[in-house]
Amino acid sequence: MSKAGVVRTILVLAVVAALELLCRLGVIDRVTMVPPSRMIVSLAEILAHGRFNADIAFTLGNVVAAAGLAIVAGFFIGAGLHALPRLRRALVPLLSAYYAVPTFVFYPLLIVAFGVGRTALIVMGAMFGVVAMIVNTALGLDHVPSAVARTGAVLRLDAVRRLLLIRLPAAAPHLVTGVKLAVAYAVIGIVAGEFILATAGIGKRIAYAYDNFDNATMYGLLLLLLIGVMIVNGALSAWEKRLHRRFGQR
Amino acid sequence: MTARRLDHVLLAAGLLALWQVVHWAVGPDVVSSPWATIVRAWQLIGTAAFWGHAAATATAFGLASLIAIAAGVALGLWLGLRRFAGDVADPVLGTLYSVPKITLYPLILLAFGLGVSAKIAFGVIHGLFPIAIFTMNAIRNVAPVFRRTALVMRLGPLATAATIMAPAALPEILAGIRIGVALTLLGTLIGELFAATSGLGFALIRAMDVHAVADILAITMLIFMFAASVNAILGLIERRARHGG
Repeated sequence: MSKAGVVRTILVLAVVAALELLCRLGVIDRVTMVPPSRMIVSLAEILAHGRFNADIAFTLGNVVAAAGLAIVAGFFIGAGLHALPRLRRALVPLLSAYYAVPTFVFYPLLIVAFGVGRTALIVMGAMFGVVAMIVNTALGLDHVPSAVARTGAVLRLDAVRRLLLIRLPAAAPHLVTGVKLAVAYAVIGIVAGEFILATAGIGKRIAYAYDNFDNATMYGLLLLLLIGVMIVNGALSAWEKRLHRRFGQR
Repeated sequence: MTARRLDHVLLAAGLLALWQVVHWAVGPDVVSSPWATIVRAWQLIGTAAFWGHAAATATAFGLASLIAIAAGVALGLWLGLRRFAGDVADPVLGTLYSVPKITLYPLILLAFGLGVSAKIAFGVIHGLFPIAIFTMNAIRNVAPVFRRTALVMRLGPLATAATIMAPAALPEILAGIRIGVALTLLGTLIGELFAATSGLGFALIRAMDVHAVADILAITMLIFMFAASVNAILGLIERRARHGG
């Protein structure tokens, strides 16, 4: 590990230790936060007991479906916008203000349209994630160097091959950024929906535990959610970095 | 310029038409018609209650933005100038930026209670990290020749920061502030959705409870127009700094 990595690990551990101490000493009262060690014990209990397995599977399935939808739809819309610069220029102000508005206020309308259940949550997550993918797809296609694009013409590749062999790899770093953000926003949309109204899911269980002052369960589930998000995000970031190195920083 | 204006008009017309089609397809219980929504928005603008909520949101959003910008820029400057501290903090900031902050809402509520401080805190945790990250990278990407100029002129750390680094890094920092302020608005509104007794987010959650479809769409439309205006103004400032610097 690098020197910075060592210092970082020590710092993070020190913060956790400080929190533990403050909780144990009662400076932070138990109603606000349970000690980190208790969170870990609670998380282990949740996983060992399996009482939330159905909820975990529910949320995970929804995130996968919503992110998948957002990525596929966002890719095609983004590619379409790239091909239509006039429409794109007009849309830019809307696209860049999109994430300032909590789209999940539309969730109750989706419930009316699709009923309480998976579909409304998945549509919600996809709606929140799709714009990140649209923007990054269009950006990625902008960044295909003209020399690379012309190589395709020189090699007399047909349109499909030019897309698969030249344009997509050249745009790959931005596409992965789009995928990473689409997943993150899909999680936000779905967890927010589950907080508001749902039949199952980690978000619903967290809200339920919060309402019942069951802090141990709530923090255990929070920790589970955060660790899950960090693992997925870390993996996608590592992939993104590798692609950036491979295709050069432009 | 006129062609551009025409494009915007065409786009607006297209979006309204699409909205109307969606309204016809799914019915008024899910999406109110554009005309009904605009009429409702106009009525809302005429009520004192709306402006009370708007003022509550604006106050919280303004304070949260100030805190996020001040703390984010200060943190970013420090981490950008100290190479090692930046290396230590970089992945931590990235993780904090990408964590879906909405999951932390119970923690924020328990720590800050229901009310204005909780929604400000929610706004700040959304906006702080992107601003810090952009500022740090902006400082790190300043051309080495500028740094050496500061050395040659024997400037102290404070003078270096104020007269060399800040102007050179300003466009990037402003880009970070633009993104951070948008997210601060999102955070403030989320805070209001879950933890407030006033504000536009609170008005939204009440409209959600009684299923007032036109109200939900009208308030969202007004928030969206506000967000787009703030974004456009900050974008303009950013472009000025880019060309002026």
